[in-house]
Amino acid sequence: MNIKYKNKMQLEILSKSNNEAFARITVAAFAAQLDPTIEEISDIKTAVSEAVTNSIIHGYENKEGIIKINAYIYDNTIRIEISDQGKGIEDIEIAKQPLYTTKPELERSGMGFTIMENFMDSLKVESVLGMGTKVTMEKKIKEKTTKEEQIQEENFYA
Amino acid sequence: MQIKYLEKDKLLFFSLEEEIDHHTTKDLRRKMDYEIERHMPKKVIFDFNSVSFMDSAGIGLLLGRYKIVNMLGGEVALINVKKSVKKVLDMCGILKLIHIYDDFGMKFNVC
Repeated sequence: MNIKYKNKMQLEILSKSNNEAFARITVAAFAAQLDPTIEEISDIKTAVSEAVTNSIIHGYENKEGIIKINAYIYDNTIRIEISDQGKGIEDIEIAKQPLYTTKPELERSGMGFTIMENFMDSLKVESVLGMGTKVTMEKKIKEKTTKEEQIQEENFYA
Repeated sequence: MQIKYLEKDKLLFFSLEEEIDHHTTKDLRRKMDYEIERHMPKKVIFDFNSVSFMDSAGIGLLLGRYKIVNMLGGEVALINVKKSVKKVLDMCGILKLIHIYDDFGMKFNVC
């Protein structure tokens, strides 16, 4: 990342499904310094969970591998990079289509990339067959202005 | 997950208590399918009251159970869905198949 950043974190996890919760909670804790709303934190957790799950199921196909997560804070933005050295994606545009999945037998909904795209401000997917996949997402955390917004966020879980 | 079955109404209840992701759905799927096959319910209710997180794995889980219950002639519904979970459900049109009940407790007098 070329932009000058204020803070950075790096996390390496094995491609085990019980690390999905660990990864999203860790990134959410790192994002907390931007003072996000509960909804923004929830969006980030969901997007990270989708990307990490993709690496486990599709990248490594449930075999053991390493998933790297880098996150950066700059301005009011968090940038999250999640990469694996798995089998890669043949056609990224097709993979990003809503409801598209290569593993319907696992009851995958095919909504992973759609959720990442909608819950974050930007999504970039880079992949080389046989080499791996890197997902880069950014979300700008809005500055809190009015009391009303604060109340709205408090009601998010209600 | 708490499981409750009301024989009189052929109503099967799953009160979910965990965060729902690819990891937790493996176990949930197995337990839910066992109960559905055992009771052949007319209605399956998923109570999301204690669920604060769900990703797209939850959509797959719900759609899968919907297909089975529907095939057996039953219905599926959700109650106590929080906004964070509803946001994920809203993404894919699943709520056209599986409805959210607001006044469920009054209707069935079980909550």
